[in-house]
This record gives sequence, C-alpha cells and structure tokens, in this order.
Amino acid sequence: MAPSTNSLDRTHYLNATKGFRSWFMTIDHKRLGLMYLWSVVGCFILGGFFAMKIRWTLTPGVTDFMAQSVEQMNAYNNAFTVHGAVMIFLVIIPSIPAALGNFVLPIMLGVKDVAFPKLNRLSYHLWLIGALLFVATLFIGNLDTGWTFYPPYSTGHTDPSVITAVLGAFVLGFSSIFTGLNFIVTIHKMRPPGMTWFKMPLFLWAIYATAIIQVLATPVIGISLLLLLVEKTMNIGIFTPALGGDPVFFQHLFWFYSHPAVYVMILPGMGVMSELFATFARKPIFGYKSIAMSSIAIAILSFIVWGHHMFVSGQSETMSVIFSALTFSVAVPSAIKVFNWIATLYKGSIAFTTPMLYGLSIIWLFGIGGLTGMFHATLGTSVHLHDTYFVVAHFHFVMVGSALFGFIGGIFYWWPKMYGRMAEGALSKWGCLLSFVGFNMTFLPLFPAGSQGMPRRYAGYTEAAGFDSYNMSATIGSMVLALGLCIALYSLLRSFKHGEKAPANPWGGVTLEWQCESPPPEHNFDIDPPTVDNPYDMTLVEWRGQEEGFLPKNPRSDDKCIADIQQA
Amino acid sequence: MSTTANDHGHDPNRPKHLAHHFETLGQQFDSGKLGIWVFLLTEVLFFSALFVAYTMYRSNYPEVFQYASQFLDTKMGAINTVVLLLSSFTFAWAVRNAMLGEKRKLMLNLLVTLVCAGGFMGIKYVEYSHKFHDGTLWGGNASTIFKADPAEIPAEIKEVSEAWNNPEGKFSVAVRDLDPAFRQKVGVFFGVYFCLTGLHGIHVMLGMILIIWLMMRTKRGDFGPTNFNAIDFGALYWHLVDLIWIFLFPLLYLIT
Repeated sequence: MAPSTNSLDRTHYLNATKGFRSWFMTIDHKRLGLMYLWSVVGCFILGGFFAMKIRWTLTPGVTDFMAQSVEQMNAYNNAFTVHGAVMIFLVIIPSIPAALGNFVLPIMLGVKDVAFPKLNRLSYHLWLIGALLFVATLFIGNLDTGWTFYPPYSTGHTDPSVITAVLGAFVLGFSSIFTGLNFIVTIHKMRPPGMTWFKMPLFLWAIYATAIIQVLATPVIGISLLLLLVEKTMNIGIFTPALGGDPVFFQHLFWFYSHPAVYVMILPGMGVMSELFATFARKPIFGYKSIAMSSIAIAILSFIVWGHHMFVSGQSETMSVIFSALTFSVAVPSAIKVFNWIATLYKGSIAFTTPMLYGLSIIWLFGIGGLTGMFHATLGTSVHLHDTYFVVAHFHFVMVGSALFGFIGGIFYWWPKMYGRMAEGALSKWGCLLSFVGFNMTFLPLFPAGSQGMPRRYAGYTEAAGFDSYNMSATIGSMVLALGLCIALYSLLRSFKHGEKAPANPWGGVTLEWQCESPPPEHNFDIDPPTVDNPYDMTLVEWRGQEEGFLPKNPRSDDKCIADIQQA
Repeated sequence: MSTTANDHGHDPNRPKHLAHHFETLGQQFDSGKLGIWVFLLTEVLFFSALFVAYTMYRSNYPEVFQYASQFLDTKMGAINTVVLLLSSFTFAWAVRNAMLGEKRKLMLNLLVTLVCAGGFMGIKYVEYSHKFHDGTLWGGNASTIFKADPAEIPAEIKEVSEAWNNPEGKFSVAVRDLDPAFRQKVGVFFGVYFCLTGLHGIHVMLGMILIIWLMMRTKRGDFGPTNFNAIDFGALYWHLVDLIWIFLFPLLYLIT
C-alpha cells in the first residue's frame, strides 16, 4: 500500500546522511544517478558552448572564410572536435542509462540497489576521471582530429592533446561497460516475484538492450583506442601506412563500436517514450511485446551495419552493398516502435504535461531523423551525401532531437520522484516548445544545405556557394534552442523553491517506482515491495486529488469487475 | 514478500556476508556468477580487435608471418604454456578448498598459483629482453632491423646476430636480403606480437594482484562453505587469462 501523504521533512535518501563524503563515496544508486545527472548537465553546457562557437563562426557575415588565419581555422577544428567528443562520450552515452537508469531501474524492480553497488560507484568515479582528462585536453593543446580520431592524422601529428582525449574516452568506456554489466545482472537476477520478462516495464527492456550493446561493443573501442595510443606513443605500426599498417582497419574497429553506440544513445530514449506515452495517454501501451522485441532486434542489428560509415573508405564494393542492405533492416524495428506509440496515442486520453510534450516532439524529430537515415543506407545517395551537412542534420535529429529530448522528457517525468517537487507549469512547457521550434530552425535547413554540397567540418563557405540563408536560419534557431534549454533548466531549478510537493504518484504511472514515496526512502521501499502486475494497466490506479495524486485502486476485485464489464 | 526485505540487514539471522540489497545467499552468488561471465565476455571482446588484426595481416601476408615467427623462442613459449596450465589447475583446486573450508590448503594452492604467475612473467621478461637486445621489434622503433629502407638500419644492428644474417643457418633468407616491403611487414608482425603478449601480460599481472588480495582475505578467514564467491570468480578470470595464452602460443609461435 503506498503512503497517502507526502512530507519532505521525513527521512529520505536525500537527507538521510549529509556531507561531501556521503555523496561522493555513496553506493546508493539514487545518489549516483543524481550525481551523474548533474555532471552530465555540466558537460552538456560545456559541449553547448562549443556548439555555439561553431554556429557563430558559420553565421553569414561574421567571418570571411577566405580571409581566416590558420589559428582561426585551427580553433574552429578544435571547437567541432571538442563539441562532438564531449557531447557523445560525456553527455549522450551516459545521459539516460547512467543518470536516469541508475535512479529508476532498481526502484522499477522493487529492489534496494543494483546488483553491484560498489562497481556502480566505480563507474561514476571512472566517468569523473574521463571527464577530467577531457577537460585537461582543452588546456593541453588544440585537439582537431574530429571525434573519430582517425589515423594516420591522429597518430602522425605531434599535438599531445590526442593522448589525453583518447585516454579519456578509454576510461569512459570502462565506466559504460560496468554500468551495462550491472544493469544486465540486476535485470536477470533481481526481478521481483511475479515480474516475468514480459511484465517488465518497457524502459527496462530498452535499458537491457542498451546494456547488451554497452557490454559487447565498448570493449572493442577500448582496445582500439589503446592501440591508437600505443601507435601514437611507440609507433607500433598496426594502423600507420608508413610502417606497413592499415588505417582503414582502425575505421572498421572504430565503427564496430561507434555505430552500435548510436543505439546506446537512442534506445534508452525510446524506452522513456514508451513510459511517457502509456502514462499520459492513460492507455495500456500498444504492442507491448513488439516494442520489447524491437529493442532487442535493434541491439542485434546494430552490430552488423557499421560499414555504412565507410562507403568511401575504399572497402570492397561487395561489402558496401551488403552493409547497405543490412542497414535498411534497422528501419523495421524502429518503425515498429513509432507505429506502436502512435497506436497507443490513438483514442487515448492525452495529458499534455511537460514530459509528454517532449515525447510528442520526438515523434516528429525521430521521424525525420530516422527517415533521413534511409538516405545514408542507400549506397549511391550515401556516397553523394558523405561528409556534408545532410549527415550533420540527420544525426542531430537522432542524437539531439530524439536522444536528448528523451533525456529531458525523462528528467521532467521522474523529477517529482527524484526531489519530491513538481517542475510542471507554463514555464517548463515554454521551454519544450522553444527547444522544439529552435531545433527545427537549426537543423531542418541543413538538409538542403548538405544535399547542395555544403561540406561538414569546413571552417566556412563562400557567399557564392549560396548557403547564407540556411546558415542564418540555423544560427537564429540555435539561439532559440539554447533559450529553450535554459528555460527548461531554470524551471527545474526553480522547483526546488517554488515547486509543489509531489505525491508518490503524480502522473498515474503503474510501474513500481510510482508506488514508493517521493523522494524515495533510503532503501526505496519501507513498506513491503508492491505486488507486480501488468505495468501498463491504467485501471490499477485512480486519481484522488492534487494532494494524494494517483493511488492504487482497492480492493483488487475492482479490476475483476472492470474486466468482466469489458468482456460483457 | 519475505520479512527480510525490509529490515535493512538488522535481522540477527541474516548471514554476515549477505549484502544488504540481496534476499538470499543464492541470489548473491548467482548475480556474481552472471556478472563475472559477462565481464569475461567483455574481456574476450577486448582481445578480439588484436585477434582480428592478427587474422587480417596473417591472411594477407602468410609468408611474412611464417618467416617472422622463426624469431620467437618456441621452447620458452612451451614452458610458459605448461606453467600457466599448472596455475589454472592449482586455482581450480583452490576453489574446491574454499568450498570445503580447508583454509591451509586454500592458502597453499593460491600461493602456488601466484608463484606460477610470477614464473610466467619472469620467462616473458627473459623473452622480451632478448628481443630488445637483438632489435627484433616493431617497425617504428629506432633500434629495429625491420625498416623498409635498408639505409635506415643502423650498421651495428646489421651485423649483431649471426642467425638472421646466415642463410645456411636457421633462416631461409637473411634479414638483410629481404625485400624492403617484406621487411616492413615483419615489423607489423612484431607490432601484433608485442601488443597481444603485452596485453596478456598486463592481465597476468592484474591476476597476480587479485591472487594476493584473495590470499589476504583467506588469511582473514573470509572464505568457507557458504562464502567462496570471490575465489570462484577469481578462478574464472584466471582460466580466461590462461585460455587466451593457449590461443596465443600456437598462433604466434607455432606457424609453419
């Protein structure tokens, strides 16, 4: 039975112990989740700063492309490299799994912690070391290899910043592996009685599929980066053509991780969306099993499509054709998810809350991001669009428009659980709306710019190229996007003081995390862990007013009545 | 749900080594076991890139690998294989000792395992020293003989070893008579050799630290019939390290 009242004065995980050590050395998954959350937000601001620097350089009339000095161009190369590396390794990959996953996963399973709490703490500390190495990179030199660190350029030139950046990515890889390992074991071994695989919330399915990728793909980038370091410091010769090595081999290894990593970024966001749509449409999720299985299908397919990043690398044409065909197959499970979400919304009683607005935005953004992915799967088109802004626009629609919006939607969804306060209101909705509009203004024009030949990673373009209007829209859009994101952050911070106290279950979710108090006690469930039922049967809870939120419907025979009525 | 779920470990009947978030010792053991197996899987994938590098270069340049493999000391490699297999045996025995609560035998078996691991590293050190002395290293190193351009090979290195320069001796072709491109690829072979055995050596050393930690815990009396998880999982890790060597030895040393 969930508690009916909520008081922030009682003892809960946030105030049970105090002091720096009680946070820094904690093994509590909830505190680790929050530390991840704020660390990731910090890195996002850092990466965002470099994004604005890129956009500013590309704004028409700001810099004269042909008249730039070498230093200016180097600074631009540094900006896009750091932006990419920070956003991918430090922000999106840990965002949902490590921050939200850590916080929510054990509570969703009705247990006290993940299977290996100390390993979990080690993951976070490794993440911090990786982040520090990246920050050190900013001061050591001018990292300009692009986030892909391709040899022989990365191993050939003498700038030492490549060493710290690669070492940072290597350490972050272990952080990611340990998180994934922890989640796999927790889901396998610690599900409560009654929670069979197909009674698991879909967020857990998504996190599980993500963890499989993290565990299977990340070691490969680990060894590749290690070899790159050895290559750079000792000239071992495996990748360097001058020593008889093969640089394309590095590309294969790199994309064997980095393509699956794309799904490490997007799958958890899809998991969040499944939760949002069921809860806010007040309907059982449509096609539960197909959504669950499509997550696993995406995880498996992600391993056999990496070659589409290398169509122009000189790999054999036969291989390119095969990779092209395989890449199309990823569209199937992705589309299954989108159709199921839309079917869930159909005839639902939709509540336009802030998290739901992010969820609905993603249908549009992921739709565009996913469909433009088809252009890159198609061999001929892909060669034409290779290294243009079309690619940049495509992956921003997926990485930012879907993964990051999913992250923010998830934060707003679980915020009441994290801090016991509601961050809901006109302000937070404006944040979402402005982000959505700003994002589209930024990245939609980059599709035509790219297809007309604007190359990525160039420090500018001439006026005669005709890209001015696209870039103007993108710059203005990026400012609107930044404003929207700032408002979202402000509305979260504001809730600490002004937010209403949150009941245990403010949204009417049926998954287990809504059955413990907000914020949860130190060991999650002071009461007996609740019995497990269909995680999307919305008839199990009912609205009892602002103070109490949603509460389980009692007695349980009610359900039977409804079932009987429905059958009749 | 059982009553132990909510007592936060204050139940007097609760085993001391049962962590607060597990319900039963069985669940704790199963979780650890799955965890270590998943970890071993990541280890296999960690080595995989180097095995792929090996496969790729060997299938592209089989004659280079055949030639270069002659520089490796098969006798030392074989001794090391036996040493590691023995250590795997004693570690497996140690698991049995822990299960039966035989503290003295457990300690002894861990010690033998540690000595074997040290012996392996010692032999490896001797092998590496020979290579560094002779300059049979990867292509980019200044002291090597495997440079594409013969002019780059230091004069003193050219004459240092009778064996490589003596066509009638061990090798069919003298190093100095090799085609430059061929000689360069021999350097790549040694790049792969040093990366594979080096990474394996690092794993052996990590294993030695692990064994020392397990010995300290054994001394403290941590292990017994209900609590042998750490020994069991440590042994699994050690067997994998052993297994990787069992692949490395024939792949690198026994090419004909």
